[in-house]
Amino acid sequence: MEYTLLILLLPMLTFIGLGLFGMKLRPAVAGCIGTLSLAVTALLAYMTAGQYFLMPRVDGAYEKLLPYNFDWLHFTENLQISLGILLDPISVMMLVVISTVSLMVHIYSMGYMKGERGFQRYYAFLSLFTFSMLGLVVAPNIFQMYIFWELVGVSSYLLIGFYYTKPEAIAASKKAFIVTRFADLGFLLGILLLSFFTGTFDFEALTSGDTSVFSGAAGVTFMGASVMSWALALIFIGGAGKSAMFPLHIWLPDAMEGPTPVSALIHAATMVVAGVFLVARLFPLYIIAAPEVLVGIAYVGAFTSLYAAVVACMQTDIKRVLAFSTISQIGFMMVALGVSGMGGHEGTGYMASMFHLFTHAMFKALLFLCAGAIIHTIGSNEMSRMGGLRKYMPVTHITFLIACLAIAGIPPFSGFFSKDEILSATFSFSPVFGCFMSFVAGLTAFYMFRLYYGIFWGTPAKHEHTPHEAPKSMTIPLMILAIITVFAGFIPFGQFVSSDGQPYTIHLNLGVAIASVVIALIAIGIATYFYKSKCDIPERLLNMFPHFHRAAYHRFYIDEFYLFITKRIIFNCVSRPIAWFDRHVIDGTMNGIAYVTQRASVLIRGLQSGQVQQYAFVFLLGTLLIVLLVVLI
Amino acid sequence: MEITMEYYLVISTIMLFAGIYGFITRRNMLAVLISIELILNSVDINFVAFNRFLFPGQMEGFFFTLFAIGVSACETAVAIAIIINVYRNIRNIQVKNLDKLKD
Repeated sequence: MEYTLLILLLPMLTFIGLGLFGMKLRPAVAGCIGTLSLAVTALLAYMTAGQYFLMPRVDGAYEKLLPYNFDWLHFTENLQISLGILLDPISVMMLVVISTVSLMVHIYSMGYMKGERGFQRYYAFLSLFTFSMLGLVVAPNIFQMYIFWELVGVSSYLLIGFYYTKPEAIAASKKAFIVTRFADLGFLLGILLLSFFTGTFDFEALTSGDTSVFSGAAGVTFMGASVMSWALALIFIGGAGKSAMFPLHIWLPDAMEGPTPVSALIHAATMVVAGVFLVARLFPLYIIAAPEVLVGIAYVGAFTSLYAAVVACMQTDIKRVLAFSTISQIGFMMVALGVSGMGGHEGTGYMASMFHLFTHAMFKALLFLCAGAIIHTIGSNEMSRMGGLRKYMPVTHITFLIACLAIAGIPPFSGFFSKDEILSATFSFSPVFGCFMSFVAGLTAFYMFRLYYGIFWGTPAKHEHTPHEAPKSMTIPLMILAIITVFAGFIPFGQFVSSDGQPYTIHLNLGVAIASVVIALIAIGIATYFYKSKCDIPERLLNMFPHFHRAAYHRFYIDEFYLFITKRIIFNCVSRPIAWFDRHVIDGTMNGIAYVTQRASVLIRGLQSGQVQQYAFVFLLGTLLIVLLVVLI
Repeated sequence: MEITMEYYLVISTIMLFAGIYGFITRRNMLAVLISIELILNSVDINFVAFNRFLFPGQMEGFFFTLFAIGVSACETAVAIAIIINVYRNIRNIQVKNLDKLKD
């Protein structure tokens, strides 16, 4: 499997090439180079997946392969950092997801970004992102993961701020960078704690289930919790920042200022699930060392999914709706990981989470690309500017409907299978929890169909020119993703990915399945009744709870709260005193030294007159003085 | 009257301090140069006197004096060359005008 190195090298070389020489190329050529290189990468990823999953199992589980692992920084015997490639079921699965979605986005962008300024730069950044994301998922140790984690953050920042002449885009990119940076501080602290007490960065050693690895941490407690719990909770904070868990979600809706294909790739399908992937990667460690943190993760995920779903119901910007829907769905994945146990039926949650990650990546990318096609032709994100588009954009309409059905959990679309597994995992954890998540799933169906009817049905808004279907380069990725969305549910996912590596046959929990489908159908029914044609019930409902509506529309004022904390409290109480100290004390000391030096030099510069005879006179006086001293002593 | 070493030393001391005084006070570069010659010659007298009275059988003092005379001749030649060049550049040879090196 040596060729897996190419999967990383190709996008990296493309990034360097396009970044350095892109402006000399014609835009179309640069786009073709990026897309072709990504196509080869995707092919290699599929080959890797095929070869990997066809390999004979060892003790019922797929082997973990390390085709590459070389010492990068060798500090001491105990501290060494290596770079390499780790192939195990989840990383191979992620390779497929990332390269597929990235390829689709590359093709789609040829149409969507046509004629944009900085087209070559856009493709260079896309390659950088793909490279870093692939590097993240194949990382064999937590340090390499951290490096690529930051690279992913950088490329996300660059792409959100792609339209750098727009102030909102700049603000959004900075917000994304700063918020995730705060979370990454937690991640770094977690890594340091973990590696200090276990003496290793390797996932292999950390997740082998061998408790002797962290025997060094036994008995060390801090503020009532064991040090392993602290380390793993801090690592989860890093994951929560990237995966937009409450209360670190505030950057994701704003990140929609970037080009829509970027939102599809980074802020829906791949980067935002990095947090889920991180928890999944360290899952055995969570189970053994800190199960209480895992329960915490479940609660955070559940609250986030409800919060985001409620907010999504009130948004009018279609990309914002999709962004909150993404946050909500990632909440589902986190819940599934949180309620999961290890092995067999207990481990359903783990498998379900990965399965949902897979299907969600496909249908959410599809939704975003559809939204992109709509925005491309309408020229606005606002739902009020749309309506009745189904006649003008048949392909977009059908594929969007498929994705909506998938995310709502209607069989036989892929979302049904993965969401059903999550729900049955939560039900076996606790029935109350299961009911809660089912309710959120119902909300999901409701807001997605509110969006669907708002865009494609209802009264057509006035347009300056008749809306038209997107070009072929945009509709073909839509169709491919739609086909995957329809059939991905039938993949026997449990055979490939499960908590302990043993094959696990997915069996539908009939009660849960029927209940969730009924809830979804009811929610869709309500949405149909409310939004398909003109209906005044939503208006009246909104007028009944005006405060709730306004609060939800403003995302429950979380952003305002952050602004209050930063602008009022941190700026006034911390930043201003520090700035004063810097201006007056630090600068003052330096200015003082310079002033004293200058005055002193003005005073003594008269001595250096240039008059040779004066010098000679001083010289003579000195000599006489020495003679006098010698004589006297 | 017998002329002892002290007579020579008194003469050379007077010459040395006259030279130093001249070196410090003269305004003209040529006068400064002459003052330097005075200093050198006072030292030469010392050498010769010491050799004559303290080490009568030896010749080092005499030879050293000859060397010093030769070197001071060369030095005078170089100094006069410099003075001529200075004169060509600034049209006078006053020492107090030569303070360009302080910049």
